[in-house]
Amino acid sequence: MDFGRDVMPVLAERCFACHGPDAAQRKADLRLDLEAEAKKTVLVPGDAGASELVRRISSSDPDVRMPPPESNQEPLSQDQITSIRSWIEDGAPWANHWSYESIERPSLPSSSTEDWARNPIDHFVLARLDQAGLQPSPEASRETLIRRLSLDLTGLPPTLEMVDAFLADESDATYEKIVDRLLDSADYGEHMASDWLDGARYADTNGYQNDFKRNMWPWRDWVIKAFNANVPFDQFAVEQLAGDLLPNATDEQRIATGFNRNNRANTEGGSIEEEWRVENLVDRVETTGTVFLGLSIGCARCHDHKYDPISQVEFYEFMGFFNSTADKGFYQETRGNAGPSVSLPTYENQLRLAEFDQTIDVVKAEVDALNDARPFAYMAWRGRLRDRRENSLEPEAAFTYALDDPSKVAEPLITTEGLTGPAVQFDGSPEAQLELGQSVALDRAEPFTISVWVRPQGAGAVFSRMDDASANRGIDVLISKDKEISVHLVNAWPDNAIKVISDARLKTGTWSHICVTYDGSSKAEGVHVFVNGSLATLKTEKDALSETIDTKAPLRIGSRSSGEHFKGAITDFRFYAEVLDADAIRALVDTKLQTALTVAASSAANKRIEDLFHLQYEYEVKARGDHLSAVRKERFDYVKESVPTVMVMKELDKPRPTYRLNRGAYDAPDLTRELQPGVPAFLPELPEDAPQNRLGLARWLVSPDNPLTARVAVNRYWQMIFGRGLVKTTEDFGFQGAPPTHPELLDWLATDFVESAWDVKGLLKRIVTSATYRQSSDLNELLLSSDPAGALYASAPRYRMRAEVLRDNALAVSGLLARRIGGPSVKPYQPEGLWEELAGGAGEGPYKVSEGDDLYRRSLYTYRKRTVPPPTLTTFDSPGWDLCRVRRGRTNTPLQALALLNDVTYAEAARSLAERMISEGGSDDDPRIVHGFRLATGRRPTTNELKVLRAGLDGYSETYAAKPDAAAAVIAVGASSPANDIQADHLAAFTALASVILNLDESITRE
Amino acid sequence: MDPLHFTQQMNRRDFLQQSGCALGAVAASMLGASGTSQAATSQVSSPARAKRVIYMFQSGAPTQIELFDYKPNLRDIEMSELPDDVRMGQRLTGMTANQNKFPVVASKFDFAQHGESGTWISELLPHTAGIVDDMSLVRSVHTDAINHDPAITFCQTGSQLAGRPSMGAWVAYGLGTANRDLPTFMVLLSRGTGRAAGQPLYDRLWGSGVLSSRYQGVKLRSGEEPVLYLANPAGCDTNTRRQMLDQIRDLNLQKFEAAHDPEILTRIEQYELAFRMQTTVPDLTDISDEPEHILDLYGPDVRTPGTYARNCLLARRMAERDVRFIQLYHMGWDHHDNLPDHLTKQCSDTDQPSAALVTDLKQRGLLDDTLIIWGGEFGRTVYSQGKVTDTTYGRDHHPRCFSMWLAGGGIRPGQVYGTTDDFSYNVVENPVHINDLNATILHCLGLDHERLSVKYQGLDVRLTGVEEHSPVQGILA
Repeated sequence: MDFGRDVMPVLAERCFACHGPDAAQRKADLRLDLEAEAKKTVLVPGDAGASELVRRISSSDPDVRMPPPESNQEPLSQDQITSIRSWIEDGAPWANHWSYESIERPSLPSSSTEDWARNPIDHFVLARLDQAGLQPSPEASRETLIRRLSLDLTGLPPTLEMVDAFLADESDATYEKIVDRLLDSADYGEHMASDWLDGARYADTNGYQNDFKRNMWPWRDWVIKAFNANVPFDQFAVEQLAGDLLPNATDEQRIATGFNRNNRANTEGGSIEEEWRVENLVDRVETTGTVFLGLSIGCARCHDHKYDPISQVEFYEFMGFFNSTADKGFYQETRGNAGPSVSLPTYENQLRLAEFDQTIDVVKAEVDALNDARPFAYMAWRGRLRDRRENSLEPEAAFTYALDDPSKVAEPLITTEGLTGPAVQFDGSPEAQLELGQSVALDRAEPFTISVWVRPQGAGAVFSRMDDASANRGIDVLISKDKEISVHLVNAWPDNAIKVISDARLKTGTWSHICVTYDGSSKAEGVHVFVNGSLATLKTEKDALSETIDTKAPLRIGSRSSGEHFKGAITDFRFYAEVLDADAIRALVDTKLQTALTVAASSAANKRIEDLFHLQYEYEVKARGDHLSAVRKERFDYVKESVPTVMVMKELDKPRPTYRLNRGAYDAPDLTRELQPGVPAFLPELPEDAPQNRLGLARWLVSPDNPLTARVAVNRYWQMIFGRGLVKTTEDFGFQGAPPTHPELLDWLATDFVESAWDVKGLLKRIVTSATYRQSSDLNELLLSSDPAGALYASAPRYRMRAEVLRDNALAVSGLLARRIGGPSVKPYQPEGLWEELAGGAGEGPYKVSEGDDLYRRSLYTYRKRTVPPPTLTTFDSPGWDLCRVRRGRTNTPLQALALLNDVTYAEAARSLAERMISEGGSDDDPRIVHGFRLATGRRPTTNELKVLRAGLDGYSETYAAKPDAAAAVIAVGASSPANDIQADHLAAFTALASVILNLDESITRE
Repeated sequence: MDPLHFTQQMNRRDFLQQSGCALGAVAASMLGASGTSQAATSQVSSPARAKRVIYMFQSGAPTQIELFDYKPNLRDIEMSELPDDVRMGQRLTGMTANQNKFPVVASKFDFAQHGESGTWISELLPHTAGIVDDMSLVRSVHTDAINHDPAITFCQTGSQLAGRPSMGAWVAYGLGTANRDLPTFMVLLSRGTGRAAGQPLYDRLWGSGVLSSRYQGVKLRSGEEPVLYLANPAGCDTNTRRQMLDQIRDLNLQKFEAAHDPEILTRIEQYELAFRMQTTVPDLTDISDEPEHILDLYGPDVRTPGTYARNCLLARRMAERDVRFIQLYHMGWDHHDNLPDHLTKQCSDTDQPSAALVTDLKQRGLLDDTLIIWGGEFGRTVYSQGKVTDTTYGRDHHPRCFSMWLAGGGIRPGQVYGTTDDFSYNVVENPVHINDLNATILHCLGLDHERLSVKYQGLDVRLTGVEEHSPVQGILA
């Protein structure tokens, strides 16, 4: 009897719930997980009859029998009881749980047929086969081997050139060379990453509620690169768990820590921050525990672990390593990434950002200069104005109206003091208006400039020629209540008109110069407004002028034909039948001010000028400041939209205290005792000089003393190749996990792995060059009855490809596959409406299918929306990536048949394969069929198979020759165009046949 | 039993048990009849009262106060502050936690007593009022979660976090299928008119979690292709498809002769099942054989595909075809504001069809062995969220009490179960936790919720979680 294999698992499964590590659930104060405790009471080594344990498990009395009826457990089986009895009779030799024992390199066992062995792996496998009285299977055919190697190491089928070369030279050196070539191809890294992503629960969305997009693909690309560079597994682990804490951490090392930002993140409004921060931590503990330690640490969240020696306190000590990161539990950034993150500008990004930065520097210098000069600006300006020469180039106005002749002013208009002389004061009443007849001609094709000085007290029209009664035909310049300036050019309001509003605001009670120019273009962009000589920013409200604005209404100052009666003072109105440029407008202002300065006699007049200056100056400062903000915002938006980032781990400066949470509830911390980050006591201690943080944890994980990490890692790679691990429960190496089928082989591989400096490619090469690997996968009655699970490796495993490989293989076989490594995730075909059905108007909106090559990228690049995962993958057992998964199921369902027959992905692949068959396969049907069959399976069809295929083709040819419409429909499938040099019915018939080939069990199976 | 291992072993073991039998006997996958349930037979504990379930899930959380939990006293204290001794400092969502007032608002809708049971039902549910004597109305359901995503996930999987099998998957796993040509677990979605851009749903709600993916629900879609990839590609008619399948079978059999892998035989049968589904699924969704009076029973919406009414009719057709677990989701019940208007629309979507389904099953003798459940993921607060005006108000999420109703196989008809306080805030009598409710559902199907479990990562994963829960005897017939 082997304690670890035959006894401990039974005790663990049937007894530990009440007599195990969980102190809270422990009954009768009895522990069976500890040797001393068990032997103190219920076990008498060497005497089964005297052992209470045996009496209890074999009793038929329900009051005595264990497990008791109320536990809902069946009694132990006769085999189990016998095992335990004979183990006790043998002296009840105890051992630690196998996976918690440190790893020792086992010596190679001897066996009967050692000449079969190609490397140490085979010795262990042979020894086990000997025990079972089985022989290994013969070596697989060369065609099978090359296809197997290529699919296993790169996730893609071999090219026919590779197959031919491999068939031509059967030497071991060739075999090894092809293995090296596959391991060195970039496809290898993609394939390895694809598997790693499951454990890292990598996806492209947040996973809760509206499930918005996030950006973690740079982390995915880091994984691909790491595998291709054959980064040693210990470094691979340390960088992902704690790359940010390495001395002088590089961006790449920080990106690696995206591993533990891949967890789902809650963005649902109303969520409670701490509740979800704790859930994120638990997820990280579970993921780290599962991926690296093969331990279900998460079970100890609410209570002591029921099977493995992990107390609840130890769970929280372990969680303590992750408790002080800067990311939040619930975040409002529903779209995109939430910090901490690393930004990864592309070359194009960098150029654009440099442009932004240059503009910002220039504008900021202008703003600074304006601010610095403020105290002296007025005096400097006065000085400059005094010294200014008369502008001899001042343009000639077509019409001027000075409004400075008091004799022309009738009640209720009154004369008031302007900057350089009298002005007219309007009181806002309907009577207060000045009509100036048809003195200026205006139409939409005529350019003009209007210049006027105003001192507003309220709102109203400064100037108009507008007929309010005929849909406001004409033109006006209005000052709003908020002292914004608006300009209307109207044929018929509101459908045929231009309206612009300036953002510059006049100041109540202060003189300002307004200048409006129009270039005769009938466009809003042809209108400009200058305030005190500075160009104002305009907002366009209407831009639809297409007919005349000519009107009989007279030119009015201070009102429109009815309404908009201005309140305030106006003077010096000028009209120019041309567009004045900015310099000329500036000159108008300066000339006026220059005059004002010379005539200013009173301190009040001086004050008016100074006010005006400051108004203008502030406007200038604000305009430049606004411009600066706008450029900065533009840069910010650009960074947000266009510069990729990836979420990473970052440690807080001040660590958060860690407490045990009562029953695992976020709001029930046991504040009586603060916990320090730590590892479970049954595993080696954290070295004393190790930092008590994630880096310390990561280094501890990959230290040679750690009994689990290397075993778990090699088991996962074994699983990748053989379809099942040496420990079948890849995720659980604890008491509840399956014991290894080949414990010594596992330990040998683990020690070899560590001694080889964690060389992943070396490990894989070791595996695929073994004789065990090279066996045929054909089964027979004997194998099916003596090793139904294939766990002894008396033959090679034969299994349906995993979801990604299945699709990639079809794309590669048909020649559609687009080979480009990395970058943002892509959206291949998906039935319409899947996202909307679930999310409606919420969330990301409809799925937008990618275009061009992105339809045919490898499946690890397929966009992974967690709440609606892509059916091409989930139909074939890919997980939804909500949680860490290191082992997939492998089902065989009718939905898979429907997908492979009908999904446009495969229908298009069939047509594309058909084109290859016709264009590459020769001129006769038979060689063409053989070509397609070889592409899909790696081998030539047998005579019988060819006969069936040939008959099929004949049938389809007949069908489609008779139905040209159907033929046209068949070949029109998908986004790529059918070859136009092949007759439609011919291509359709081959497409049907290609679909048959792609649907064969063999075509989707790794043999 | 480890589910993944089980999956991988299944077909090979079936083959060994049945070697020599016809090919069809090996077909024990998601559609196959007996083979899948081997693991679960020992989990059948009590005699099954129901053979199948129709779960009419009202996503977004319908208000109990306007629909089922009659509180006439609230009108007298309208706009008064919710007393602290009622709220008892219980947590609120982030949406109302910062409100400085919690004014009580009464239902704007009247209630009346109906049926021999005299059950109080809102005027918004006149048809539901007509079936009160068939149902147990449970007014004392409560849950752990306070936000939609975790709460819906909790109702359907017994865990607030993703990754656990959904109820339908558990039932498919525990009982296997009852028909040969349709999936065991099917899902129907509809969007409410009350709040069009409402809360989203998630594939995981009908996922299989740690169980084999063969147990996951198959979502029936309302368009031309009710099941993903059901229709042949353009230009491929049934005859051509049949020829192709014959060829695939011939070639797969030749492969089997060489490789002897029983998985190949399973695959052949899956292709045949797929072909049959291309007929049985359209037959299921084509309602042209339904007489007018039946269509009228479900109301005018039944004539529009994708509506809740149409889904209720399809649910009946699935029940007739022995689909084991039929899950409806109707969205749009999340009424944080404008509740009277939104609620009226939601009720007009659902009232008549829900009642019609019960009536229709009853008249066909199917109600006796079909378990019906109607309800959402939590209730709504007695206090208003946001402003109250003469015409409108809103209610926030409330997990401490809400109402659901059950009818059919195994359920005691014509009663109200459970009582809440005067504010419909806390349960005062006969609380029913979601896990108790789920234990009850399994019990009606003859499944012991404590034994329907799988080991995953060292844990006995169950629909009803690790805490003590039990079927609610008070609502069992």
